[in-house]
Amino acid sequence: MKKHHHQTTDQQTRNPQRGSMVQWTVGGLLVLGALLMLLPFWTMLATSLADPVTILQQSRPVLLPWPLHWENYGRLFAQIPLARYLLNSVLVSVLTTLVHVLLCAMAAYALSRLRFSGQAVVQMLCLLTLMVPPQVNIVPLFFLMKTLHWVNTYWALVVPGLFGAFGVFLFRQWFNGLPHELEEAARLDGCNPWQIFWRVALPLSLPPLATLAIFVFIGSWNSFLWPLVVTHSETLRTLPVGIASLKESFRDTTDWPLLMAASTVSVVPVMLVFAIGQRYLMDGLMAGSLKE
Amino acid sequence: MSRRNNTPKLVLSKHTPPYQRQEARWGWLLVLPCLAGLMLFTYIPTLMSFGLSFSYWNLLGSPHWVGVANYERLLRDPNFWAVLKTTAVFVLSVTGLEIVLGLLLAALLNRIRYGKLGLRAVYFLPFVTPMISVALVWGWLYDPQAGLLNVLLKTLGVLHQPVAWLYDTKTALASVVALEVWKTIGYNMVLFLAGMQAIPPQLYEAAELDGSSAWQTFWRVTLPLLTPTLFFVLMITLIHAIQSFDAVYLLTQGGPEQSTAVLVYWLYKNAFQFYRVGEASALAYLLFVMVLLLTLLQWRLRKRWVLYESDAPG
Repeated sequence: MKKHHHQTTDQQTRNPQRGSMVQWTVGGLLVLGALLMLLPFWTMLATSLADPVTILQQSRPVLLPWPLHWENYGRLFAQIPLARYLLNSVLVSVLTTLVHVLLCAMAAYALSRLRFSGQAVVQMLCLLTLMVPPQVNIVPLFFLMKTLHWVNTYWALVVPGLFGAFGVFLFRQWFNGLPHELEEAARLDGCNPWQIFWRVALPLSLPPLATLAIFVFIGSWNSFLWPLVVTHSETLRTLPVGIASLKESFRDTTDWPLLMAASTVSVVPVMLVFAIGQRYLMDGLMAGSLKE
Repeated sequence: MSRRNNTPKLVLSKHTPPYQRQEARWGWLLVLPCLAGLMLFTYIPTLMSFGLSFSYWNLLGSPHWVGVANYERLLRDPNFWAVLKTTAVFVLSVTGLEIVLGLLLAALLNRIRYGKLGLRAVYFLPFVTPMISVALVWGWLYDPQAGLLNVLLKTLGVLHQPVAWLYDTKTALASVVALEVWKTIGYNMVLFLAGMQAIPPQLYEAAELDGSSAWQTFWRVTLPLLTPTLFFVLMITLIHAIQSFDAVYLLTQGGPEQSTAVLVYWLYKNAFQFYRVGEASALAYLLFVMVLLLTLLQWRLRKRWVLYESDAPG
């Protein structure tokens, strides 16, 4: 390294000692910050496994619980229909994700690859919906659900979440970049546009597919205001709404270990999805094409 | 680019070959489900919201026209002005903190060689976490008696009296802001990081040869070239912050003494607790106009940046 040092321009190689000191300082700061970021997660997990008696009677936080009180989770499942909430959340999120992604991909394929009259208008109409914040529509949507007799049904939880223009533009950008040759070949083989979309274009679109699926799944899993407004019977509650009602059921003393166990249960699925799809999510974000 | 120039413009006529007719039919078929859904669940509600903002309706019976009465009542209502002020304080502090801290984190992360991906994931984690879990944990951290925050501050000798974070008008809003910043900072960081990585490395090499310090390089190279990203993130953060609801609903219910009642929470309360749908819709339109203006501004600026970006070397 020393021999060539006048040729390299990289700070770290030119001045190894100073470079590595900077590395250690910056790295140390970032690790410290990361621990701070993780502290709430650790508190959640630790409290969910702590002895409720310690927390409620001595009123102090527990960061290193021992022995582990797994029975908090048992109490949780016994006290509220958590399995039902979980099932509702899984059902709503998975269904929403599958259909939402498919509809976006279809529309995007039409806008990118097929030519039809009115195309520009359709595209403009999609683009304009990106400007409407969802909260603006919550009251009329509730009214619409009432008119359709969908209040307090799965329809209300799923159907309004199936459509979005953001995914259309994500897919359109991808399709625009796909080479035409494969589709030409399929066309000469006598495939119609749907078959080309389904058998050629879509299988080549894993990145936007994964990115959008993760985004829609997480959004649907975490959504709170809409399921809160549109359901009132216990059997239809999604996990966030169910847990919120558990919290409100405490009057004088809050059973923190129980609530933290519930929080942990609702965090685990998104963590799994995030762990599996992190690369796609980050790539989508880094490409600068994603916004909420 | 060249591909698009090769495709002839579509003109349907008697002589149109069958595949093009088929194409037009399939085009509409594929786009229709999505378009119909957007019509039904976005366009119609947005128009209805506009109509409802000029109506009286208590969620029962049918709405009737009252003209601008809802807007008038809002303007006369001292609560509304208080909510507007709270929202402004909330949005500006959240945005300021998230921009500065996100930028700082990205700049630091961009400098290290090892562990970049792992650290990026950790900082991003809160962004994907459900707000219900976040709010419950933070509620527990903020607990006046047994919460970790008070216990830590007391052990460190910073505090002598426990602070009732979420139950004190002086600290409640700041406590919600802290939560919101923690939750979203990783998202901003990733966007900034993307912007930084798009800066041509030759510029850093040149700065390095000129003997520029890390601080100077950041101010004179990174930041100026990051302005497109900076404005984009600024707009996204503002739009996101204006729409906040969940944290306030779950942690403070707008209290104490309405010190945390932000716009969307107030909208929700008007609609679904006071059953004043007209006023809620007027609030909704106010929100819409604000977000619309920000979005249009962002698009305008973005157009300018595209030119600027294509002029940039590299």
